[in-house]
Amino acid sequence: MSDKVVYMDNNATTRVDPEVLEAMLPYHSELYGNPSSMHSFGGQVGRAISEAREKIANLVGASSDEIVFTSCGTESDSTAIFSALQAYPEKRHIVTTRVEHPAVKSLCENIDKLTGHKHKVTQLPVDSEGMLDLQRYEESLTDETAIVSVMWANNETGVIFPVAEIAAIAKNKGILFHTDAVQAAGKIQIDLSDNSSIDFLSISGHKLHASKGIGALYVRRGTPFAPFLIGGHQEHGRRGGTENVASIIGMGKACELAGARMEDENNRVKAMRDKLEQGLLEKIPSSMLNGHKTERLPNTTNVSFEFVEGEAILLHLDRFGICASSGSACTSGSLEPSHVLRAMGVPFTAAHGSIRFSLSVYNTEDEVDYILEKLPPIIENLREMSPFWKGNHTGAVGSSQCKCSC
Amino acid sequence: MWDYTDKVKDHFLNPRNVGDIENASGKGEVGSLACGDALTLTFKLGADGKIEEAKFKTFGCASAIASSSALTEMVKGLTVEEAEKITNEDIAEYLGGLPKEKMHCSVMGREALEAAIANFKGVPIPMAQGELVCECFGVTDLEIRRAIQESNLKTIEEVTNFTKAGGGCENCHDRIQELIIEVRKEGRDEAKAEEGPKRLTNIQKIKMIEDVLEREIRPALRKDGGDIELIDVDGDFVMVSLRGACVSCAASQTTLKEYVEKKLREQVIDTLIVEEVKK
Repeated sequence: MSDKVVYMDNNATTRVDPEVLEAMLPYHSELYGNPSSMHSFGGQVGRAISEAREKIANLVGASSDEIVFTSCGTESDSTAIFSALQAYPEKRHIVTTRVEHPAVKSLCENIDKLTGHKHKVTQLPVDSEGMLDLQRYEESLTDETAIVSVMWANNETGVIFPVAEIAAIAKNKGILFHTDAVQAAGKIQIDLSDNSSIDFLSISGHKLHASKGIGALYVRRGTPFAPFLIGGHQEHGRRGGTENVASIIGMGKACELAGARMEDENNRVKAMRDKLEQGLLEKIPSSMLNGHKTERLPNTTNVSFEFVEGEAILLHLDRFGICASSGSACTSGSLEPSHVLRAMGVPFTAAHGSIRFSLSVYNTEDEVDYILEKLPPIIENLREMSPFWKGNHTGAVGSSQCKCSC
Repeated sequence: MWDYTDKVKDHFLNPRNVGDIENASGKGEVGSLACGDALTLTFKLGADGKIEEAKFKTFGCASAIASSSALTEMVKGLTVEEAEKITNEDIAEYLGGLPKEKMHCSVMGREALEAAIANFKGVPIPMAQGELVCECFGVTDLEIRRAIQESNLKTIEEVTNFTKAGGGCENCHDRIQELIIEVRKEGRDEAKAEEGPKRLTNIQKIKMIEDVLEREIRPALRKDGGDIELIDVDGDFVMVSLRGACVSCAASQTTLKEYVEKKLREQVIDTLIVEEVKK
C-alpha cells in the first residue's frame, strides 16, 4: 500500500471528524453513567443525549421527539418497514425500487421468510439516467399497499429521487412512506417540517463523519410504530437496549457540522467533483457517466470505462493510495455487476468497468489533479491487455451469450 | 478486499507475455464481455515441436490477469501433449493459491489453453460440446462435471466459484445439484454416508419416523408389554406417548432417550429430540 491516501470513497464510509471525536471522548471515559439512571451522574448523560437528538432533528427539520436512535442505517430501514407491516397486517404489498441499497432491497425480497406471510413486492424500474417514472409509481399503489420505501439518493450513482413528491402521492392514498436517506442526509437539504408527507426516514452516522455503529430513524409524530428491538424503556419504548452514548453524542456533533458545511459541500466539493468528472470523461476515450447529470448528490460521480474491469482498475489505483469503489462483479464476490447499473440498462461493456468516486469536505483540488494524472494511464494500460480493445474476441466456449435478466 | 498472494499481485501488476502472436500455431478465445471476464490465448510451436512462445489478452479482474500471465509462462517449453495436461489447479498452485471465489479465473485459463490446442489440432473445443447448463455464463455439463471431479466439489456454491455456473439467474441450480450427485456417485458408490446431512420435508420426516417406529421400535417395546404412539412432529421435536407397561416403567425415560431417540437419530436424521407427552 502507498503511504499517501487519497480517500474518495465517502459513500462507503467517512472519516470521523476531529471535532466529533473530541465530543465523544468524555463519554468513553469519565462520563460513563447510564442515561436511564436516577442519579445525576447518569442524568447528565441523558441531557447530553437530548442535545444530540435536537441537533439531528435540526439537520432534517424535524422535532427531537421524532428521532429514534438505532445501531445503523440498516436497522433504521428494517424498523420502519416492519413497523408498517405490523400496523397494517392485512396489507401485503410493498412498493420499492430496483436500485435500493441491500438494506431495503434484500429485506423486501426476503420479507415472506421473515414474516411467515406472502407479500407482493413491486420493485419499480428506473430509466437509463437512474430516474423513476412517477406515473408508473402512482399506478403501482393499491389498497393492499402497506408501505412505499424509496431511497432519497442512490449510494452508487448519487442520483436523487424527488422524494417529497413521491411521499405526497403515497400520503394521498393513505399509504405509509419510508425513505432511506443515508446518503442524502448532511449532503443536501432535507426538510421534514410543515407539509412533509414522509413518515419514516433513515440516517446513518458513519456516512456523515460520525462513527460506525450509530444510526437514527425519523418517525413522524402520530405514525404507527412498533419497536424492532424489544427490551427496556429506552427511546420511550421505541428501541430497547442501552444507548450507544458516545456515538450518539458524536452523531449529534456531526449533524451540527454537516448543517454548517452544507454550503461548502454544494459549492467547493461539487466543483471538485465536477472537475474530476469532466477531466476523466475528457481524458479517457470510451468513458461515460452513469446517472443523471444534474439530479445528483454534489459529492458523487460514477464513471464507466469500457472494455476494462473494475477490480483491476481499483487495485492499480490502490498502488497510488487512491481509494474508490466499483460496480463490477469481481469486487462484490458475486458474478454479476451492480444491480443499480443493470437496472439502468448500462451496457455490459461499461458496467464491469464502472468506478465510483465519492468526495467529502476533506478532499482537495490537488487530490483531484492527482487522480486525473494517475487514472488515464491505468485505463490505457489495461485496455492494451483487453481482447475487446481494438480486438475481435467473440467468445467461444459454451454459448457465451448472456441470456439472463441482468 | 481479496487476499491475493504476492505471486498473484506480481503477475497482475507485471503481466508476462501480453499480446497476440501473428501466425500463431493455435488460438483460443473464451469468456465474453457480458460474463465479466474473457481471454484470448495464442501460442507458437518451435521447430522442436515445443511451445516456443505464448501470449495472452485478458479482460477481467486481477486474478484473471494473473492466471493468464501464469499460464503463458507455464506452457513455454512444453509439447502440446504436455501442455494439455495442465489443469486449473496447476495454475492456481503456480500462483500460490487463489481465493475460492476466484477459482473460475484459473478454470478460464485452462479452457483457453484447451481451445487453443483444439484450434491447433483442427478439432472442435471439447468442453463446448456438452449440454448447456448455465445460460447466464454459457457453461456446459462437461465443464461442470470435470470441475466437480477434479476439484472434489460438493456444493452448488463451490461449482459456481470454480465455473461461474449458477452465479446468475440461479435457474440451473437444480441441474447443478443433479450433476454433483451423479458425478460423486460415479466416483464412489460405497461412501454414500458422506453425502452430507439430508434435507427432509416434514412429510418425509414424519413418514420415516413412523416407519422406524412400526418396523423396529414398537415390536421391541411390545416384547416387554409396552407400546408407543407418535403424537406430533414439530421441527426436530418428536412428541410421543408411552403406552402399556411403559407407562409405569421406572426406566421408561431411559428407554425413550437411549433407545427410541437413538434409533430415530440413526435412521431418520441425527438432530431429532424425542419428548414424551403425558396424557
